[in-house]
Amino acid sequence: MIELDRVSKRYGARAAVDGLSLMVERGEFFVVIGPSGSGKSTTLKLINRLVALSAGSIRIDGEDVLRFKAEELRRRMGYVFQSIGLFPHWTVERNIGTVPELLGWPKAKIRDRATELLTLLKLDPDGFRGKYPHQLSGGEQQRVGVARALAANPGILLMDEPFGAVDPITRGALQEEIARIHAESRTTIVFVTHDIDEALKLASRIAILEQGRLVQIGTPADLLSAPATDFVRDFVGREDLGVRLLSVEPVANRVRDGDAPGEPIAASASLRQALSRMIAQGTDRLAVVDADGRRLGVLMLADLTRP
Amino acid sequence: MVRNRVLLVLAVVALLAAFGLAFVAHAPNRLVSGQPIPLLVAAGSRVFALLPGIVLLFAPFLPQRRAVHTVTVVAAAAFIVALWWLAGAHAAALAEAAPPAARTSLGAGFWTLFICTALALIEAVRRLGLRPASGVLIGAAVVAVVALLGAAGALDQLSIVKEYASRREVFADAVTRHLVIVLAALVPTVVLGVPLGILAHRRKSVAASAFPVLNVVQTIPSIALFALLIAPLSGLTALFPGLAALGISGIGLAPAVIALIFYSLLPVVRNTAEGLAGVSAAAIEAARAMGMTQQQVFWRVELPLALPVFLSGLRITTVQAIGLTAVAALIGAGGLGAIMFQGVFANALDLTMLGAVPVILLAVMADALLRLLTAYAERQPG
Repeated sequence: MIELDRVSKRYGARAAVDGLSLMVERGEFFVVIGPSGSGKSTTLKLINRLVALSAGSIRIDGEDVLRFKAEELRRRMGYVFQSIGLFPHWTVERNIGTVPELLGWPKAKIRDRATELLTLLKLDPDGFRGKYPHQLSGGEQQRVGVARALAANPGILLMDEPFGAVDPITRGALQEEIARIHAESRTTIVFVTHDIDEALKLASRIAILEQGRLVQIGTPADLLSAPATDFVRDFVGREDLGVRLLSVEPVANRVRDGDAPGEPIAASASLRQALSRMIAQGTDRLAVVDADGRRLGVLMLADLTRP
Repeated sequence: MVRNRVLLVLAVVALLAAFGLAFVAHAPNRLVSGQPIPLLVAAGSRVFALLPGIVLLFAPFLPQRRAVHTVTVVAAAAFIVALWWLAGAHAAALAEAAPPAARTSLGAGFWTLFICTALALIEAVRRLGLRPASGVLIGAAVVAVVALLGAAGALDQLSIVKEYASRREVFADAVTRHLVIVLAALVPTVVLGVPLGILAHRRKSVAASAFPVLNVVQTIPSIALFALLIAPLSGLTALFPGLAALGISGIGLAPAVIALIFYSLLPVVRNTAEGLAGVSAAAIEAARAMGMTQQQVFWRVELPLALPVFLSGLRITTVQAIGLTAVAALIGAGGLGAIMFQGVFANALDLTMLGAVPVILLAVMADALLRLLTAYAERQPG
């Protein structure tokens, strides 16, 4: 559990973060979103003390972060950021082993952990462990960046616009990986982005910041259905509000008895994906199947507009 | 069709030198200037040894493929050896019919051909894209074959070798002395320069005061700086006679080493600071975020990533120091420069060459060695 209590960071007269209070529960996928200059990155760096607090306090599981040595605190948290920052003179394996090495793990254990993480991030361990960062594509580099952050089993993973610099296809794949890793590990993730679709796709809760202040906090559905201010309404997108609402609800919620021809859709897919499929295939109904491929029923176009 | 302009220019210069300049010069004694002998006359019946040179003349017009580069490398290496062998063999032939005081020295044509061929060799090795170590090995192999020719006595009648033969011990002492001066300057330079470079990188104020001073020092002509140090050092030893007992005086080793340190500092300090400034900011942020201490960030990330740039600074400094040490002979520091200037003042060209050629060779070797180290640091710094 991470508690921010009236946290401020001032640079001269300007406040980057201004009296921010919020609480991130254990195991949450917590997304902080806002436009440039809203203080979202600064907030993240206050948590691992890459940036020093001006006022307020931050507690992790009840303990003030200032009570730890900054280095020890950081070794307990993973950190992934947009420019990745892999060490160019180290192999992929040594990069992943950075924190375990600092913690003094035995060599064999570090090697095993690297193998495990490369597999988790869908990189062939034997093909990749000896490569240098410049030999990897941008997407592969960020996979290694995520593996490095997870190496010492941190309780908290801090991610600062981690997929901002990769192409849309790679970004989609990486988002799915991180969602899967979160679901499997239940690591607490604090994720900063300026991309509302990314936030809606990944978050269990979202905090919207504007000029260093908290504007609204809630689940994706809360934000879309009850935006607190005009700023939030603009941010979640007036025009696209409808399809975004569809994107935060799974097909399973609206399935009814029946069947339909053609390729079925998974019950876990979003309603937005279902709508897209209907339009692309020129149909108003899709068969719905569960994860094992069993028929559950049918989704009709009219079901999407039901409140 | 010209396919390689570099080789074409070298070929033209080499042709002009072969037909227009003396390959060797023959004189009845070392004091009078010699009779010029052109390449074809010197080659005589050994003209077949020029074949690799003729091959090289075609290289600029051939398609620039790996096979052509390989042939160029082999031909250039063979031609360098051939040039030495021809000069040595002709000198031996002349010596049979001449009095013992007679001299056969290497002429301007020889040196021009030699340098053009060496440059062609370097160009072809570069185009082949070999690993740095392979390039150094090829160079070392050529030097070794020429040295073998010398050891076998094939060059004995060349006057530069005769000068060497009559001064073996003086020569060996000079080489040692030269290296001692260079090392005595470089060790303090690194010990002072690296921390200064780190400070200059971390604090703008240090950089702002250190670089202008070091830049000004670099612009002072070396001979002037050597001379400038004579007065204060003599003054010091007059004040503190104990210093003289330590071997410190206005002339000799002390002013030479001090001046060399002044010259050597700039490349080391500048490249240390530049190397550190070039380390990716993202890597440093990641290192801090992973929980490395300041010390760990420096030793594990900044230093290894800055190393190649630092080493190239050290290379510049080393080559420069080897050259400047030759000039330091003028204030009595000794070394190869002493032999060189002895030759200059006695108007004995071969003696001058005996001092100058090893200085060049040392500089080239130091350059190659440090380039190799830099390339290694770039490839596998971790």
